[in-house]
Amino acid sequence: MLKLEAVNAGYGRAQVLRDVSFEAQAGEITCLLGRNGAGKTTTMKAIMGVLPLMSGAVRLGKTVLSDLPAHVVPRHGVGYVPQGRRLFGDLTVGQNLEVGRFSQCESESTLEEILQLFPRLRERYAQRANTLSGGEQQMLAMGRALSLRPSVVLLDEPTEGLQPSMIAAIRDVTETLRDQGVAVVLVEQRVEAILALADRAALLENGRMRGVVSGEALRDDPTILARHLGV
Amino acid sequence: MDFGPYLMLATLEGAVTAAVLALTASGLALVFGVMRVVNVAHGEFFMLGAVLAWWVTSWFEGAAAFGFAFAILTVPLIVGALAALADVTVLKRLSYDPERTIVATIGILYILQQVTLMTYGPDARPVTPPFNTRLALPWVEMTETGLSLYWPWGLSITSYKLAVIAAATVILLALWIVMTRSKLGLMMRATEQDREMALAFGIPVERVYALVFGLGAGLAALAAVLIVPIQQAHYLMGGDPLLLSFIVVIIGGLGSLPGTVLAALLIGLSDGIISVFFSPTLAKILATLLVALVLVFRPQGLFGARRA
Ligand SMILES: Nc1ncnc2c1ncn2[C@@H]1O[C@H](COP(=O)(O)OP(=O)(O)OP(=O)(O)O)[C@@H](O)[C@H]1O
Ligand SMILES: [Mg+2]
Repeated sequence: MLKLEAVNAGYGRAQVLRDVSFEAQAGEITCLLGRNGAGKTTTMKAIMGVLPLMSGAVRLGKTVLSDLPAHVVPRHGVGYVPQGRRLFGDLTVGQNLEVGRFSQCESESTLEEILQLFPRLRERYAQRANTLSGGEQQMLAMGRALSLRPSVVLLDEPTEGLQPSMIAAIRDVTETLRDQGVAVVLVEQRVEAILALADRAALLENGRMRGVVSGEALRDDPTILARHLGV
Repeated sequence: MDFGPYLMLATLEGAVTAAVLALTASGLALVFGVMRVVNVAHGEFFMLGAVLAWWVTSWFEGAAAFGFAFAILTVPLIVGALAALADVTVLKRLSYDPERTIVATIGILYILQQVTLMTYGPDARPVTPPFNTRLALPWVEMTETGLSLYWPWGLSITSYKLAVIAAATVILLALWIVMTRSKLGLMMRATEQDREMALAFGIPVERVYALVFGLGAGLAALAAVLIVPIQQAHYLMGGDPLLLSFIVVIIGGLGSLPGTVLAALLIGLSDGIISVFFSPTLAKILATLLVALVLVFRPQGLFGARRA
């Protein structure tokens, strides 16, 4: 479904990604694994088009996302939950969700669904995003991305710095998305979450691919994770 | 004239200055807020508004009111379109780099100024106000029978000046509603807060930038069209509005719209009052001193919240 083909990208003249290729299927969770600085966030930015490619392509079905202007990419159903949440801090919860709905394919509103999924956001609806707690901010970041009814969701360390109950809630949502047939790309550092969730894993090291393995292979051979996460 | 009526006169004159300044400075604040671009050419878009207003009204000799109405509708659009063009052809190519855009807008400043000198010439030219009735204003006085109204000699204002104050108020309210209530305003504010995320959520950031730069220049031009029947159009008239707008934007808290309007009121009114009672030079000195103090002691501005 979502396919990266020999993607090269970087910041200015500093190349970070070198020939990154992997695929994420609908109804699966594809984990993107690598140590700090391996290029996981950079890969996500390359998929979103906010970081222009030096060469290579990002495809979604028949569409070549990397040929489109960045602001058109979400309209093809790609929702992004960035590392560190990156909310529009001075805007309210409701306005953040509204920005998310700018790009939805269907005109029907998904606001009610989002508020049902994250009831806390309903209570905080008129509050400014930068006054929310860390957990609430993560919910809002998820809600904002899901507001466009994505068929692909990119989750960049969605549980960073959260308490266990919040982590469980985020995980529930992730599994629900998978069960609904969404292609989930997940960057995650916690081993137990990776083992529990990954249908397959793309391994990244210093901006290069070190192979793609299945979830079973990961669970059978824990040394793979040890080698690629440095845990 | 007694002190009371004199103060009221100075306040009204100051309110006209404040109204025009609030419009001009809002344009500068908007551009700085959303794009982080310090638009040094802002005063020249103001000047261009005044000069074009003279040009447009000169087609309608004998129908001053009609010509002025036509100017106020078209001139801000022309200036805004020109600014949007400058954004796409110049600023965008510099990737909106804060330092390089300062140099680029200095270049735009000289181009606009010199082209105006070459075409329009060095003369100051007046624009006929659409209406200009002199309204005498009453003042209260204590007499043995209680309070009574009288009309002090010299206490008056023209209907046009009152209209300038009213028009600026309406335009600023409209701008506020657009920024806080409309989808377009939401796009601008999202872009202001995180350009990359705005892009990742489908906001056409480059178009927003062109629009904001055009809107900022259009506001300056609108202010100039309003003031030109009082001040005359001249190719060097952009300097003062630029300086005062910078003062106002810094005091108001960089990029904050309500702060900018409050600061414009403060600077405009005090400028009017100090100019009448002391001298215009003292008014400028005090305003500049205030900026220096604000920069040292409250860099987020008198009315601005500290930004992350
Ligand atoms: N804006 C930037 N400008 C220049 N270099 C950058 C920028 N962002 C990231 N890099 C560099 O790109 C490389 C990959 O960074 P990236 O953020 O993609 O890593 P990551 O795998 O997401 O790491 P982490 O696990 O710490 O989030 C790093 O060497 C980083 O220094
Ligand atoms: Mg990262």
